[in-house]
Amino acid sequence: MSKRKSKEICLTSGECISQAQRILRERFCHQKIPGKPFGVESQHKHLLELLKRTAVHGESNSVLIVGPRGAGKTMLLNCVLNELLEVKHVQENVLQVQLNGLLQTDDRIALKEITRQLHLENVVGDKVFGSFAENLAFLLEALKKGDRSSSRPVLFILDEFDLFAHHKNQTLLYNLFDVSQSAQTPVAVIGLTCRLDVLELLEKRVKSRFSHRQIHLLSSFRFKQYLEIFKMQLSLPDDFTDRRFAEEWNQNIKSLCEDRSVEDILQKHFCSSKDFRSLHMLLMLALSRVTVSHPAIKPTDLLEASRLCTMDSKANILHGLSVLELCLIIAMKHLNDIYDGEPFNFQMVHNEFQKFIQRKSHSVHNFEKPVVIKAFEHLHQLELIKPMEGPSVRTQKEYQLVKLLLDNSQIMDALQKYPQCPTDVKQWAASAFG
Amino acid sequence: MPALIQHPGYSESELQRVEEKLVCRESQVSMLLSIFGEPQQYSYPSVFIYGHAATGKSLVTQTLLRELQLPHALLNCVECFTSRLLFEHILNQLYAHSPSPDNEFSSHTRCDSFNDFIRLYRQLADLHQQDTTYIVTEAEALRDMDANLLSGFLRLQELVGGNVTVIFLSEIVWEKFRPNTGCFEPLKICFPDYSKAELQQILSLDHHPDYSADLYASYINILLGVFYSVCRDLKELRHLAALNFTKFCEPLVKGEAKECDTHKLWRNIEPHLKKAMQTVYLREISSSQWEEMQQKEGELHLKGLSAHAHVELPYYSKYLLIAAYLASFNPTRADKRFFLKHHGKIKKTNFLKKHEKTSNHLLGPKPFPLDRLLAIFYSIVDSRVAPTANIFSQISSLVVLQLLALVGHDDQLNSPKYKCAVSFDFIRAIARTVNFEIVKYLYDFL
Repeated sequence: MSKRKSKEICLTSGECISQAQRILRERFCHQKIPGKPFGVESQHKHLLELLKRTAVHGESNSVLIVGPRGAGKTMLLNCVLNELLEVKHVQENVLQVQLNGLLQTDDRIALKEITRQLHLENVVGDKVFGSFAENLAFLLEALKKGDRSSSRPVLFILDEFDLFAHHKNQTLLYNLFDVSQSAQTPVAVIGLTCRLDVLELLEKRVKSRFSHRQIHLLSSFRFKQYLEIFKMQLSLPDDFTDRRFAEEWNQNIKSLCEDRSVEDILQKHFCSSKDFRSLHMLLMLALSRVTVSHPAIKPTDLLEASRLCTMDSKANILHGLSVLELCLIIAMKHLNDIYDGEPFNFQMVHNEFQKFIQRKSHSVHNFEKPVVIKAFEHLHQLELIKPMEGPSVRTQKEYQLVKLLLDNSQIMDALQKYPQCPTDVKQWAASAFG
Repeated sequence: MPALIQHPGYSESELQRVEEKLVCRESQVSMLLSIFGEPQQYSYPSVFIYGHAATGKSLVTQTLLRELQLPHALLNCVECFTSRLLFEHILNQLYAHSPSPDNEFSSHTRCDSFNDFIRLYRQLADLHQQDTTYIVTEAEALRDMDANLLSGFLRLQELVGGNVTVIFLSEIVWEKFRPNTGCFEPLKICFPDYSKAELQQILSLDHHPDYSADLYASYINILLGVFYSVCRDLKELRHLAALNFTKFCEPLVKGEAKECDTHKLWRNIEPHLKKAMQTVYLREISSSQWEEMQQKEGELHLKGLSAHAHVELPYYSKYLLIAAYLASFNPTRADKRFFLKHHGKIKKTNFLKKHEKTSNHLLGPKPFPLDRLLAIFYSIVDSRVAPTANIFSQISSLVVLQLLALVGHDDQLNSPKYKCAVSFDFIRAIARTVNFEIVKYLYDFL
């Protein structure tokens, strides 16, 4: 790129970047993915076929989409639904009910929500009237009245399906599956869950009414495909307003994929998790560093983003402790080593700390006991130590048994990085037994 | 001077105002800004900010949101202890509705469940159109509320379908928040602690107008020298600095020293600060008492809170408490030797073979049954005492006063077990009032 050229588009470069940011942010934050989801063609086909049969032929179905978090369950479903709704006949005909286990925490709320989303008669504006029993009877009657040929099919989408299984008597699930089993209004019940053992949660009568059709989304792609996904996610679409900027951007992404260090970072990420969400987080962090003065993603950006993603948070917390608190942690580490991980109380920690001070005959760390107790309580507040008994058991705070929630290596690492750590403290930590 | 923070979408004057207000947090501010993006762009659904107390988590986020005039709601989960309060509080703020006498302190809309909240929030979305709305919460207490709240707030953007970012502020690391079935992972940002130099810089900001900035800086230096190894909490240090400054200036006012006599000033203030660590820092005496003492120029020997540990108890209660202490801190097998007159021959060497590794005063009190308490009680009280209802009610009232603790609440009547919950100094004072030499009867002090 020559200097003159860059000057020509200089006027719009701010807008270009702002637009690119908008498009990419929508992808990473709002999960609006371009094109079809990757590597799930067979599942996609299966689900589309199934939903088509409900929507077009009036067949009742039930299916569970199972996969780990961030594997693209919602993405797949949305993609299939979009494709389904493109058929004009279907779009007019099908009703959708979206439920979420996080929101509809019991059947009463879920039922109201269904009534609201189906726009049934007892809804005025946004409010639903009637008691639970009335609602249920009304809804069931409405669903029963219909038959396969004439009534409009309903798609029930249950997000966080496993939470619905915790409802009392699983009334909602029972009724939904029951409708899907008998020849009434055509319904499709689609459950999304991340639990592999979700069928074990269902009651026997509910389980027997479920069709046992499961679609598993176990991301089974390899690193090569992961790289491909990386490229696809970062590329700008063809209909970007400024063609030249988009071309340059895409070219840069392409060269980024071939970069050795980038590959290493992605490999590391790939090994820790394969889900899209963690990739999105990485990309989002890298993208957020793009500004007018820094118009393209560089390998260093990715490196920085990956450093942010993989930071050990406890080490950060340890870094901010005072010297006294650090000394207490070292004393606890010694207690752990001596007594083999047995829980200890403040008195023992203080005793250990006293031993250190006496031996070193350093008056610098010689603090009164209440000051030490305050430091101990701060550690408790940060949840670096955990009490063994519940809060109901009343003991003096000196004698409350606690456990250290830190690893030896974490402590030693933190000591290495601690700014201006006194040498005697360091030596004390390194010495084998107190 | 650090470089000006620049960001598209916000005017430069606004950013400059932000920068002036936030000292030593430039990198965090620019990082947050770059994650926020321009107002119309999507921001990450949830951001988790962690760091020690007083590292500017709330300050930075709140100043940013306020100065850049982004639509936002601030809430504290300690205040909003039920989910209904929480939801209504958010909606009130977003609708700019404040409960007042005019509307009989009612909130904007009634909102009972998360489901309603999402529904109402979607209606609200028209109000702010495309701009990202931020919800900032102090998150530690959120874990103890309904299980679905935290997971729900983490993916609020997806549930609402609008442009919303939830910011969690916490002192505790994210690993302690994660629900066991997993959740949407937030973006984690660490606010590191202030280094000594940064603390010095921030503390020097509020220097006294009557004295030079250098003098105040040297004062802060002395203060940090005393307190830095114990306390890094900016709020606490600032409070201590404000409290002790008059004492520091005393020689200057009296004319005994000049501003350049740093050594003299240091000698004057240092013992004073060390005293402050044992008293004001521990809240043994209150700040106002401390200031009063400085004005009177009296010696610093006011009794602190913990010096008032002396408790007036009835005669038998004292003995009961002593007996409980002995039962808690002596092993059962030593009872015979201490409290039986004719205990037969016990080999001294055998008996004194100090068991094990640690003393009981290190391990804490052991539980004992009621019978043992009474047996020890009868053997240490000289006169004959009838086991009346009074004695037993005194035991249970000692439990209510939290001088004894009931262990295991399984059976109230049939052989309950107790623990003694008082310190050694306390029991020694009590024993002295009844002329009982407790040290002679304690196994640890043989």
